Amino acid sequence: MAEAQNIPVGSTTAGSIAVAAESTVATRMSAPPSYDVADFPVPHGREEEWRFTPLERLRGLHDGTAVVDGTGVKVDVQAPEGVIVETVGRDDARIGKAGTPVDRVAAQAYSAFEKAGVVTVPKETVLTEPIRIAVHGEGGVAYGHQVIELGAFAEAVVVIDHSGDAVLAANVDYLLGDGAKLTVVSVQDWDDKAVHVGQHNALVGRDASFKSVVVTFGGDVVRLHPRVSYAGPGGEAELYGLYFTDAGQHQEHRLLVDHNTPHCKSNVAYKGALQGDNAHAVWIGDVLIEARAEGTDTYEMNRNLVLTDGARVDSVPNLEIETGEIVGAGHASATGRFDDEQLFYLMARGIPEHEARRLVVRGFFAELVQQIGVEDIEERLIAKIEEELEASVA
Amino acid sequence: MATLEIRDLHVTVEADNATKEILKGVDLTVKQGETHAIMGPNGSGKSTLAYSLAGHPKYTITSGTVLLDGEDVLEMSVDERARAGLFLAMQYPVEVPGVSVSNFLRTSATAIRGEAPKLRTWVKEVKEAMERLSIDPSFAERNVNEGFSGGEKKRHEILQLELLKPKVAILDETDSGLDVDALRVVSEGVNRVRESGEVGTLLITHYTRILRYIKPDHVHVFAAGRIAESGGPELADKLENEGYEAYVKGGVSA
Repeated sequence: MAEAQNIPVGSTTAGSIAVAAESTVATRMSAPPSYDVADFPVPHGREEEWRFTPLERLRGLHDGTAVVDGTGVKVDVQAPEGVIVETVGRDDARIGKAGTPVDRVAAQAYSAFEKAGVVTVPKETVLTEPIRIAVHGEGGVAYGHQVIELGAFAEAVVVIDHSGDAVLAANVDYLLGDGAKLTVVSVQDWDDKAVHVGQHNALVGRDASFKSVVVTFGGDVVRLHPRVSYAGPGGEAELYGLYFTDAGQHQEHRLLVDHNTPHCKSNVAYKGALQGDNAHAVWIGDVLIEARAEGTDTYEMNRNLVLTDGARVDSVPNLEIETGEIVGAGHASATGRFDDEQLFYLMARGIPEHEARRLVVRGFFAELVQQIGVEDIEERLIAKIEEELEASVA
Repeated sequence: MATLEIRDLHVTVEADNATKEILKGVDLTVKQGETHAIMGPNGSGKSTLAYSLAGHPKYTITSGTVLLDGEDVLEMSVDERARAGLFLAMQYPVEVPGVSVSNFLRTSATAIRGEAPKLRTWVKEVKEAMERLSIDPSFAERNVNEGFSGGEKKRHEILQLELLKPKVAILDETDSGLDVDALRVVSEGVNRVRESGEVGTLLITHYTRILRYIKPDHVHVFAAGRIAESGGPELADKLENEGYEAYVKGGVSA
């Protein structure tokens, strides 16, 4: 009888810890960060930052051929009292402050959007209800930019919900004032054909706390860059992610935590389940501890659960340390397989097949779901996970 | 009274693009309250018998019947067999990432019993069963079999046996890889279940050692895919002294 199999099948897991004078995180990119799309060559697919991405399925977002036709996305913002919701022009000073586009599509989005959304939670305003931003795809091409700014000591939960069908390149900036607390849940619950590429930049103020939860279920191609840097010491960032990659889907999460400031913390935990032919998940976890960032405490982790044959995971954690004066730094990546032997074991204990799969997947995601701290989102996620599983059994 | 009847069971397995017959006509009847030891050399087909009864997809039944209380076991899916009262304690229990032992046990007990056990009595039941098997309470929060030592895996199997209370328990080399202390703890667990008189036990083993702790009513020597000889406990003594040599002559054992 076969032994328990935990061999990552159809997956690669690579890791490196580099201690370098020059940042390899920066040198791996084919062009330096820029707001101008013209500064980036059109990718051909062999570049480090594009090598996992199916360019032919980006519907022209990467080569300038995706043209806005007015049927892109509809954005609806619901905010509690005290929150300022604006639509502003390209020249607004708050735009682009949290980070610079790092690849051609992010720069394309930045170069092409006409109006940006700005949501402001004034200083010391503590919200008891979430701000909800619904982004609904109407079938066409769209470029967008959203800024979410919290003043000093403000506290808020923001839920950004993507649904429908669209070809969307959009960036989001999170600006956290000193001592602010922001939880952002970005849900990619797109229809099957949607393409969504974007960069999420967080600039975490002194003693501020940023929690990001990225949940990707839908879409044909979803490629997101959640990125964090710090504006002062004492900042904390927690980056959580859940993805459920089905047959034919490409879901790519490329993270960077730039410890550019002393005494900041970061914790990254992304978990994904995959099922079906050509389900492809990519996770790139870059953590950079700059020479000046003494007292840094960081950990990053990626786990994948492959439920069926035919799925592929590429998981690449990368930790780059330029100072030894830190509290802690670590990373982990593992890809496991739910295989026939596990199924047999559970069924041999009387558990029906669909229940066995549900048990494994729910258990896998449970600890991460509990981190979200927004009850209705937690419930919705569990329901969504069940739905994905039901769909796979049917 | 629950009875497992195996009649003329033939089983093949696909290996290296060839179909190989492993079981070549097994006949055996196990009644509730009885303990049958099945002993045999490596490769004689003992484990194939265990996994075929449980319904592992790797094995193909080519002929024969298996009835549990008159019901056709071979027609049932793996989980149906378990719910009908068959239990297989595995030689190599499988790691199940992401599923805690406590969640697993409760889900399993719910499936087998047909309703969720009442939480308060269930917690007590599990705690006491774990104590009896010297299983640390922290096990409840660990993932099923993940990082368990060989002995821990076997104790976890017997824990399930005690909680699920099957009609027929098949123990596939539960003794292999255990030191004497662990063997004693595991055997005591099996004996507690046997003492209820409600379980028929099929004890598959390579060694006679476990039979010092678990006294069989019947001993069968398994060789070349069938039962070569059956007898009482004295047959085990004979094997202890003479080994399997008499049964593997002529190269019948693969």
